Amino acid sequence: MSGKEPVAVVGVGQTKHVAARRDVSIAGLVREAAQRALDDAELTWADIDAVVIGKAPDFFEGVMMPELYLADALGAVGKPMLRVHTAGSVGGSTALVAANLIAARVHGTVLTLAFEKQSESNAMWGLSLPVPFQQPLLAGAGGFFAPHVRAYMRRTGAPDTVGSLVAYKDRRNALKNPYAHLHEHDITLEKVQASPMLWDPIRYSETCPSSDGACAMILTDRAGAARAPRPPAWVHGGAMRSEPTLFAGKDFVSPQAGKDCAADVYHQAGITDPRREIDAVEMYVPFSWYEPMWLENLGFAEEGEGWKLTESGVTEIDGDLPVNPSGGVLSTNPIGASGMIRFAEAALQVRGQAGEHQVPDARRALGHAYGGGAQFFAMWLVGSEPPAS
Amino acid sequence: MSRDPSRDVAIVAFAQSDSLRRTDDLSEVEMLMPVLHDVLRQTGLKTSDIGFTCSGSSDYLAGRAFSFTMALDGVGAWPPISESHVEMDGAWALYEAWVKILTGETDTALVYSYGKSSPGSVRDVLTRQLDPYYLAPLWPDSVALAALQAQALIDAGETDEPALAGIAARSRDAAVGNPHAQLRGARPQGDHVVAPLRQGDCPPIGDGAAAVILAAGDRARELCERPAWIRGMDHRIEAHSLGVRDLTDSPSTRLAARRAGAFDGAPFDTAELHAPFTSQEVVLRKALKLDETVRVNPSGGALAANPVMAAGLIRLGEAAAGIHRGESDRALAHATSGPCLQQNLVAVLEGEPHVR
Repeated sequence: MSGKEPVAVVGVGQTKHVAARRDVSIAGLVREAAQRALDDAELTWADIDAVVIGKAPDFFEGVMMPELYLADALGAVGKPMLRVHTAGSVGGSTALVAANLIAARVHGTVLTLAFEKQSESNAMWGLSLPVPFQQPLLAGAGGFFAPHVRAYMRRTGAPDTVGSLVAYKDRRNALKNPYAHLHEHDITLEKVQASPMLWDPIRYSETCPSSDGACAMILTDRAGAARAPRPPAWVHGGAMRSEPTLFAGKDFVSPQAGKDCAADVYHQAGITDPRREIDAVEMYVPFSWYEPMWLENLGFAEEGEGWKLTESGVTEIDGDLPVNPSGGVLSTNPIGASGMIRFAEAALQVRGQAGEHQVPDARRALGHAYGGGAQFFAMWLVGSEPPAS
Repeated sequence: MSRDPSRDVAIVAFAQSDSLRRTDDLSEVEMLMPVLHDVLRQTGLKTSDIGFTCSGSSDYLAGRAFSFTMALDGVGAWPPISESHVEMDGAWALYEAWVKILTGETDTALVYSYGKSSPGSVRDVLTRQLDPYYLAPLWPDSVALAALQAQALIDAGETDEPALAGIAARSRDAAVGNPHAQLRGARPQGDHVVAPLRQGDCPPIGDGAAAVILAAGDRARELCERPAWIRGMDHRIEAHSLGVRDLTDSPSTRLAARRAGAFDGAPFDTAELHAPFTSQEVVLRKALKLDETVRVNPSGGALAANPVMAAGLIRLGEAAAGIHRGESDRALAHATSGPCLQQNLVAVLEGEPHVR
């Protein structure tokens, strides 16, 4: 046998994401998502060969290496279990590590899961521990990213109305997604624009919530996909890229690692014109302005032009390039799971299983995650058809 | 099917820091940098030549979230690199890198891990690994849990205190030849820390870092005179709760070993076991069916140096280095994670050219 084994997503499960799941333990939360993924794939725990789990820092729940404690709840006893941690991109990286187990033919069917139960602790605290000789993050992630948004606005001349358009779009999309955390039925553009300024130019309604939630996927090989009860999503390309946190040459507006990661994925998938060839994008947008920024970074728009796509409605769910039809990170942010939700939602789109937020005839979709100081990137491109080779 | 992997992959270089009781004057990155430079120098590779990089570490040891990001800055990830991180011992980072090479996407990988136990009380820190609702609030520490296991072994007639003392003495004698070890040479077994475990049955608390380079096929032969070929590698986890486990046995080690091919082929001449407590060597020897013909932990093992998060990767590195030096032809390497050997990884390494 030569070449990689094709990888298919045959099961997706999420919890209903909320501010605090006080009715379940961490184990109960992850079990719920995993069971839903198994149900979707019509498989049992015995069908799973290995478990790959991811989440953001252990300080977010106060449990060191929680995979040890979660082995029982995830049916991993007697099986291999890996724990991935690549900051905010971890949900995506976790799925890619799981996919590689199948691509390498080490395992046939793998459960991959990512979670965050933020109500167990305080993420702002977890992100703000003082470290000697290092620039403090101070006010969580928003304080770190706001200057980079401002730099984007200066560089491109984007009008300051663009950020609120993204938030208004994603919060409306979330109303179509039963698993989304924020369901703001009375949302209006005016309300977004009138919300308090938190980290200039980022307003309250342009930031992600803190969620409890988990997302799971069942990945399998060609034989497994043939047995799947519902259409699989096929992985056509996947990649991770990292660059240093801080250095003189770093472009925080459009990091090179993001560009390289996207280029690698497109190359693997045979995509030459992402704007035309990709039907839906689940993009990691924790602060609204990151939609136009990433549109450029991911090659959907020329440099300086991303905001124009957003402003013209191209990224609306009924637009030419729907971005975050699920409501995105702006509506649901269990940090460590957020990347995997992007990957899973992309899979749901090409499986035709996205329900009310389904993009009609989506055949190719991109899942995107980033983390750290805009330094870790993970992406995959999934399609409704198996890869050519 | 972790046996008969589709590609030949080898450990071609290994480097480690000295394991030290305290490194107050060094950050994690400063502790790691010389190790990274050493392992790259051995192969002549630069960071930009490496196809995939994977690391293992723990935020709870570092006392801050995202602690691995600073280490990545030290790697010099520019231009951007293909990179990942496990919040586990570096042995599992090596596993992830091995799988990445098996996909055919890359021919080389850099793996590193590090841990500083000195800034806090590692016995207390490790209690935070336990079930957060029922067990962790009781703060049972790592030595107390290992003592439960040791007592279970004694009660079962599998060992006794003098036999455990013999394991400690043998390990520390072996460490005389290991310049990186923290404890070397004859030492008193000392008083009970938590009965039946005495000071000598427990690992030293220390800081350290390690790195290896993996390469596939002909690339491995170019980079290393005698590559340590990974013939198989597998890892398995057990239930978390000690109450549902037979602490005198390690079924996860046995299963991982079987899947890695440890029970097939020629006998091992060397085994590097990640047994931080003497009593755990008893469990592992039984699970791995190792008899007296096998040299166990010629490096001194974790009883001579146990930098948490790197100690497992060091076992793989020490086993490979023995093959590189021509002192070993077939070696078993083992790493563990979690209380009382909850999770175990086994790799089979061989020195001969791989004939397919």
